[in-house]
Amino acid sequence: MTALTLTLKKIPQQRIDCSPLTPDALAGKSAADIAAIPLQSGKNTLRVDALFDVSGDDVAEIVFMNGCDKLDYIGAAMHSGRIIIHGDAGCYLGFRKKGGEIVQHGNAGNFAASGMTGGLLHIHGNAGDFLAAAIPGDRKGMAGGLVIVTGNAGDRTGDQMRRGIVLIEGNAGDYCASRMIAGTIGVMGATGDYPGYGMKRGTLLLFKPPRLIATIQDCGMHTLPFLKLMYKSFRDLPSKFAHLDQTRVRRYAGDLANDGKGEILLFS
Amino acid sequence: MIINGVAIDDTFAEAFGMRGTRVLITAQNLKWAHTAATAMTGFATSVIACGVEAGIERELSPEETPDGRPGVSVLMFAMGSAVLMKQLETRMGQCVLTCPTAAAFSGIEGGDRINLGKNLRFFGDGFQTSKQFGGKRYWRVPVMDGEFLTEEKTGMVRAVGGGNFLILAESQPQALAAGEAAIEAMRKVPNVIMPFPGGIVRSGSKVGSKYKTLNASTNDAFCPTLKGLTKTELSPEIESVMEIVIDGLSDADVRKATHAGISAVCDLGAANGVRRISAGNYGGKLGPFHFHLREIMA
Repeated sequence: MTALTLTLKKIPQQRIDCSPLTPDALAGKSAADIAAIPLQSGKNTLRVDALFDVSGDDVAEIVFMNGCDKLDYIGAAMHSGRIIIHGDAGCYLGFRKKGGEIVQHGNAGNFAASGMTGGLLHIHGNAGDFLAAAIPGDRKGMAGGLVIVTGNAGDRTGDQMRRGIVLIEGNAGDYCASRMIAGTIGVMGATGDYPGYGMKRGTLLLFKPPRLIATIQDCGMHTLPFLKLMYKSFRDLPSKFAHLDQTRVRRYAGDLANDGKGEILLFS
Repeated sequence: MIINGVAIDDTFAEAFGMRGTRVLITAQNLKWAHTAATAMTGFATSVIACGVEAGIERELSPEETPDGRPGVSVLMFAMGSAVLMKQLETRMGQCVLTCPTAAAFSGIEGGDRINLGKNLRFFGDGFQTSKQFGGKRYWRVPVMDGEFLTEEKTGMVRAVGGGNFLILAESQPQALAAGEAAIEAMRKVPNVIMPFPGGIVRSGSKVGSKYKTLNASTNDAFCPTLKGLTKTELSPEIESVMEIVIDGLSDADVRKATHAGISAVCDLGAANGVRRISAGNYGGKLGPFHFHLREIMA
């Protein structure tokens, strides 16, 4: 058996809702069934085979070729299996994903990993704004699982994030970890203005000095034993974060305007 | 059965079902890990008055511990789950939370999950924070030396307590030397502890007493100074008896420890004053686990 491969024929005029194309949703379906699945595109619906060349038969692993930023909701609500994307993806990549793996070789749009509760999202590229954040109307963003971004992430990364780990090997935009409820975000590059704005709980790992708001307070240099546990959990990850071993950090706590139990740990 | 001049009685040790748990205690160095573990396992020789029976199982290298620091593993046994949970929480709070640099982690992955540091977090007075790694929740409690780190839960399993054997020797020093040799060998067996002081108990007990308020009293049949007064179990040449009590996570573990201990005693042999090995039981009516000495040593 070979992976089910969906090769985009041409960049569509309208955005495409790809949420029906997950390993769970396609389980037990024949090639003809898959080809006939209707996908929402604006106010119209298009058959899968009108948009993609379909080959392969193993729906536990789905490969998107020629990805583009019009393909929204890839891997939404998936529970298991694996999706590989060659090229860009639109908004809501891994939206409310409960398990399984998404590996993308390209850039992701806004709201990637929003509402995700389990599994892995590995973006070999950049992520847009609101990575792991809550969509408008939701009270919580990402609530579990692991996100690795090898490139940069946009503004408001982890906005209202509830649980889970987001590791960004590049830079993050403004208001990183804004209104964060809990969880862990690591940014190896620079962050934009005001990380931790409105942060309630959670941990933000930074490697470059941030520009902080006044309600996040310096608690001094410390050697924190829990970091060893965290590094141990990172050890087998396909990420630069797997090589961390420094437990001495400067600890900032806040946002005091919102409970103040969050922390920013700055590696010198 | 006679091994190296030591007679093995045709009898059995009678043991009981208990609940057991394991806690891994780490610290900046082994000295402080031992300090915390020693405090935690203090006054834990017998469930009769201590609530739990506890002891240090072994030392742990940094590679074996969750936080990469040196540590020790502690085993704790009680007659029921409620008392075990209560004692664990109390001892964690007074002996590990208070000990400089100490941290505590689950030592049993399966079994029923019971609180390890879950309620100790409230010592943090609202400043405590939790982190989840690998599906496990840990608590960080700010304390004056930095942070007290503890896993939220540990595992509780059905275990076996009260395995035992008696060393009958020609003199007190010879009985003690044989006991020490047995303990040294038994401490190499995993999943067991010998909860009494130094692993050896000199005051073995029988059930009941002439005094109505006491549930247990001295085992007069094995007291050498009472040979002429009671229905003694001792022959004229026996002058001292030491008992070793064993708690283990399974009956197989107790069996292995019993074999290791008696073998070490028999290696000393009659030449060193050891004459008999016996065991304590209640006629087989009270405890479901029977460890027949000759069967174990066969």
